[in-house]
Amino acid sequence: MTSHKAKISSGNVGIVIVSHSPDVARGAADMVRQMVGDAIPLAWCGGAPGGGLGTNVEAILSAIERAWSEAGVAILVDLGGAETNSEMAVELLPEERRERVVICDAPVVEGAVMAGTEASAGSTLEQVRSTAEELRAR
Amino acid sequence: MDNAPMTFSATGSVRIEHEIGLHARPSVKLTQLAKTFGSKIEFATSPEGPWLDAKSIVKVMGSKTPKGSILHFRAEGPDAAAAVEALVALVERDFEPQADA
Repeated sequence: MTSHKAKISSGNVGIVIVSHSPDVARGAADMVRQMVGDAIPLAWCGGAPGGGLGTNVEAILSAIERAWSEAGVAILVDLGGAETNSEMAVELLPEERRERVVICDAPVVEGAVMAGTEASAGSTLEQVRSTAEELRAR
Repeated sequence: MDNAPMTFSATGSVRIEHEIGLHARPSVKLTQLAKTFGSKIEFATSPEGPWLDAKSIVKVMGSKTPKGSILHFRAEGPDAAAAVEALVALVERDFEPQADA
């Protein structure tokens, strides 16, 4: 996997996709890149360290690092452990970064595209989160 | 939508010829373009409305506007005319990037 961080210098909110399945995470990230474009930092992780389905805190931390933006990072998760491990990863971040990371309560694929679209326009972290979560309210 | 009287200085309409209508990718492009303008921009599939925020990806994609629909735009603000012109042009060129971009 390549890091997109090097070529992106925009101040836009970053997006992290966390799925139990690396295929789902990679596929969702592909959709964001193709539909939204290159204007946002984007990273994904998924799968257990030994292979198979799962999520783990270290991989999530690394993805947050790759997608880091001063404007913050919005995380999209699929099920159960993806959310709890993401929460754990956020707690392990340096204090000054912790407040600038949110986990969105939204479907992972659709939420990632919505959040990415909002982020690409230079919106704040809170706007990005609420756009992703608006899907759920409809 | 609020019911307060509001005047819109710029309006425009265009027929959607994109094969699948205003689906995922066209919706993202339309929203991204709308967000580059400072004006308030709304769209509707009928001149009577309902008018929806063109800067909301959830609203734009949620409209599920099919091919053949007439998309109406209205805008109010400092760059209203340019916004409507640009959005109509985007739909006219079938959501492809600008040739000179």
